[in-house]
Amino acid sequence: MAEKFDVIVVGGGPAGTTCAYQCAKNGLKVIQIERGEFPGAKNVMGGVLYRKQLEEVIPEFWHEAPIERPIIEQRLWLMDQESAVTMSYKGQEWGQEPYNNFTVLRAKFDQWFAQKAVEQGALLITETVVEECIVEDGKVVGVRTDRPDGEIYADVVVLADGVNSLLSKKLGFHNDLKPEHAALTVMEVLNLPTDRINERFNLEDNQGCTIEIFGDATKGNLGTAFLYTNKESLNIGVGTTLSSMIKGKLKPYELLENLKNHPMVRSLIKDAEPTEYLAHLIPEGGYNAIPKLVGDGVIVVGDAAQLVNSIHREGSNLAMKSGSFAAETILLAKEAGRYTEDVLDHYRQQIYDSFIGQDLKKYKDAAHTFETYPQYLKEYIPMLNKAANHFFTVDGMSKSEKQRDVMKMFTERGKWKTAQELYRAWRVMK
Amino acid sequence: MSKATIEEKQYLVRFKADTESHLKILDQNTCLTDCDDKLCTLFCPAEVYKFEGDRISIGYEGCHECGSCRIGCPHQNIEWKYPKGGHGVIFRLA
Repeated sequence: MAEKFDVIVVGGGPAGTTCAYQCAKNGLKVIQIERGEFPGAKNVMGGVLYRKQLEEVIPEFWHEAPIERPIIEQRLWLMDQESAVTMSYKGQEWGQEPYNNFTVLRAKFDQWFAQKAVEQGALLITETVVEECIVEDGKVVGVRTDRPDGEIYADVVVLADGVNSLLSKKLGFHNDLKPEHAALTVMEVLNLPTDRINERFNLEDNQGCTIEIFGDATKGNLGTAFLYTNKESLNIGVGTTLSSMIKGKLKPYELLENLKNHPMVRSLIKDAEPTEYLAHLIPEGGYNAIPKLVGDGVIVVGDAAQLVNSIHREGSNLAMKSGSFAAETILLAKEAGRYTEDVLDHYRQQIYDSFIGQDLKKYKDAAHTFETYPQYLKEYIPMLNKAANHFFTVDGMSKSEKQRDVMKMFTERGKWKTAQELYRAWRVMK
Repeated sequence: MSKATIEEKQYLVRFKADTESHLKILDQNTCLTDCDDKLCTLFCPAEVYKFEGDRISIGYEGCHECGSCRIGCPHQNIEWKYPKGGHGVIFRLA
């Protein structure tokens, strides 16, 4: 007879580990299964981790977690071919405890975090693929792995198997991802000495900076590029929806090379040594793409549940919160002695009632709108750049004349059309 | 700055390839006759797919397991699995 656990967690990312940690901490018998050589070996993100949701799990984790730099400045670039209109917020308060967010390297961070769950009593097994859930009488009762005699049973299975959640697909919880609901993102880690990073980004040793880049980096397609500072390296990446890649016949690594050669970027990464190249899908379908979240004996968390707020580049924090909600619900179910869908539905309600559901609902039409109407990135960003250039170039023309020119630039395409477009953008973002 | 090729990028990545491919073209004929653009050869971030002669070849050893081909093939002509436990791409840093 195969061993039985209270909880099986499939996946060693932030969502799965949070759930494993909380369940183990509360005395449940937990097994966490990771397909990689170690947790994090298959995981990629741009590199920004928010403090709040992890702090709820491990207070003051920043004293021991392998974080890179607390972020004190967030920059935003609206980039044209040779220029950018930029904005930034820099706050010294973000450089002090409890901080707002950090840059992290996932392979290091995920290993550390999973080890914390092990310290709470969770059993972690790696190099093991879960092939399917074992379903009896419509109820998930365990999983089948690719190990010999690899069946494991539990009261509840938590699917934290990431953006390609084959397991929830097999259970019929969703009709698979659509190319317009996933961003294909590629990135590189570039080694650069600490003092050069500090100089170029105007930072001190324990301060970090992020740059989010719209416009030319994605050739005007829906998506973003980013450049983040680690201790002794930079993360640089770019992603667009897979549907945009397909439509534009774009090669993702060519977008990345174009970005690295852009005059605004080139000087920041000069002489930095590429040390790793990574690719990943980000589930960006948002509110409308959330699959069925619970069934009898099963809960879906993190990327597998499409919990990513792409507008605000939040994902791992949503993953962690969903892992916490799942653990809370499992404890309730344990108390009730029933792991049926109606009891586990508590999890679904928590997701929809919390900032996760509220934020995803707020932006439910945003991505779709910006994909359907590409002029926001393709036309408005170059226009803004031209306007700024014109206005700030001193050439003997009076400022009021320049102002008239700039206004004309925006209204030339039709006042009514422009007003309509601005109203449409405001509506999906408000 | 000169532009790095995909081959140069792939050299930066650690792979522990299985002896068997976890990716499979279901029907090579579909690729040959129904798919003009051979999109998988374009968007795959690791250039796993190449159109050679009259068929798509699969360099599964360099796959990042991102899943783009799984959902991006317009003919659902790719059978996509995870590599066996412990195999496949191993990210060390980010």
